[in-house]
Amino acid sequence: MAQILKVAMPKGRIYEKAAELFRQAGLPIPPDGEASRKLVIPLPEAGMEFILAKPVDVPTYVEYGVADIGIVGKDVLLEEDRDVYELLDLGIARCRMSIIGLPNWQPGIQQRVATKYPNVASKYFREQGQQVEVVKLNGSIELAPLIGLADRIVDMVETGQTLRDNGLIEMKSIFEITSRLVANRVSYRMKNEEIQQLCDRLQAVIGEPNLR
Amino acid sequence: MKMSKPKGFEKPSGVRDYLPRAVTKLRKIENDVLHCMSRWGYQQMMTPTLEYYDTVGVASSTSDQKLYKLLNNRGQALVLRSEMTAPVARVVASLLKDEPLPLRLSYHANVFRAIEEEAGREAEFFQTGVELVGDDSPEADAEVVALAISSLQAAGVKSFKIAMGHVGFLNGLFQEALPQLPEAQEELKSHLLGRDYVSFRETLRRLDLTEAQKNELDGLLRLRGGKEICGQALELSDHPLARHSIDHLCKVWEVLVSYGVSQHVLIDLTMIGDFSYYTGMTFEGYAAELGFPVCSGGRYDNLLQQFGRPIPSTGFSLKTNRILDGVAGSSEEEELPILIQYDATRRKEGLEEATRLRSEGHAVVTRLAAGPEELETVKRLDTDTIEADGMRYGEIYTFVSFVSEHG
Repeated sequence: MAQILKVAMPKGRIYEKAAELFRQAGLPIPPDGEASRKLVIPLPEAGMEFILAKPVDVPTYVEYGVADIGIVGKDVLLEEDRDVYELLDLGIARCRMSIIGLPNWQPGIQQRVATKYPNVASKYFREQGQQVEVVKLNGSIELAPLIGLADRIVDMVETGQTLRDNGLIEMKSIFEITSRLVANRVSYRMKNEEIQQLCDRLQAVIGEPNLR
Repeated sequence: MKMSKPKGFEKPSGVRDYLPRAVTKLRKIENDVLHCMSRWGYQQMMTPTLEYYDTVGVASSTSDQKLYKLLNNRGQALVLRSEMTAPVARVVASLLKDEPLPLRLSYHANVFRAIEEEAGREAEFFQTGVELVGDDSPEADAEVVALAISSLQAAGVKSFKIAMGHVGFLNGLFQEALPQLPEAQEELKSHLLGRDYVSFRETLRRLDLTEAQKNELDGLLRLRGGKEICGQALELSDHPLARHSIDHLCKVWEVLVSYGVSQHVLIDLTMIGDFSYYTGMTFEGYAAELGFPVCSGGRYDNLLQQFGRPIPSTGFSLKTNRILDGVAGSSEEEELPILIQYDATRRKEGLEEATRLRSEGHAVVTRLAAGPEELETVKRLDTDTIEADGMRYGEIYTFVSFVSEHG
């Protein structure tokens, strides 16, 4: 008998895109899932149970095994550094992690970078051999260079509209971001068949892995 | 983070206290597992908590930054042991160097890891394990896998799986596909070790390989299952090391079939363990109740030579306290103690009775009741339980010379 897969789904931006991908893969996911305000949604016809989580918490749920698999952006995976299987690049919610600043930016003596991703930012600048002070903020990162808290920011850029509206420019893209399918280390073995089957169905929708 | 002086009851992060109920369960798991190991002919040994950094510290599979390092009063660098395989190897190469092989050794010990907070990672935890030293046969590898299964069962883990792979297969496969590119080989292996299949495929995409080769290497990610996987793996590579490794794994599987435990085992050729350490078969155990692996092991034929005795070796360890956290275990009811209360006159009688009952194997606590007012107020809850002033006893005997309504 097939076991129920517990899926940690990110609330917000990615949810609907991920649900649509599941539907294309032939899984009966009702249209109003996220709107119902329920945190746990049983989906017996799909052999699943959705756990609606804050995106940044998805890798945590999966690492601890309270969710077997999860969908989460590469940005969160790099920032959180959790021990999970990264099985598939789902190709949805595509955007990039970038360094952003004012158009007339000049390196000062003590450079400060504001970001929601302190680990990602610190690692990047360290590897570039640059000495910067990283300031963690929880939102409205664009504000930081405007009011002089930091001279640059590291943040996710999708269309770049918010940046332009605030007179900021994208100075450099650090890496591309898409959503990933991740799995718990134990679930990946104990529910191997269910997870592999789901992978195959999703793979069929997003296209064969292009190895060229 | 602001550091302040710890409060009196605080302890460093990553370590824990075990209260009586937890200890009872932990000891039971530990004893059952060690007993199981001894029935397979493994003899228990102990090593010190402290080792030299330059010997055991460097030889251990734990990465340098995860070792607890300290200096002794001579300024020598020491480590708190981070696992037991390297200390056992040190003993095998020194104190036990004249013992005939193979050696079958078991251990139960607390081990220490720095900067591993959260998610089942603790600074101090317990490992129960074995080392089978001096035997490089598939029979020996199968023995430790079968014993790992037996140990998990002894620990009370009901539903579990063992995933088994072979480092040599991947080494051979990558050497064949990317003969001049050791860096690319390492990169692919590190992606597998990091369980990052997306980056593995991305790296493949970048490499200068034929599409057929890329598809073959990508197919590696699907090589999971029973013995049929060995057949599929043989089609992937002509490299002698890869073929030899698969051949070895097939033989291990055959032995596991004879042990009658192959239904618990799954072959997963992407499972490589720490490849700087393991040299052959590697495996990990997973329990349905737990989010983290509960055991890991494999063959490490290069470790002993670091201590000057180059002999092959294989083994595994169970993460005993993870099992404690997740497994209900066999719920053996703890026997409640018997309370004996006595007054000064009949003390000898009371204490003699306590000695007699203890010699029969009962748990007995005693207390002096100087007068009638000091006798416990007794309430019988059921046939096996009596409550007295909030404590529970199996039975209460009273040895007093004064008259009391309790009798």
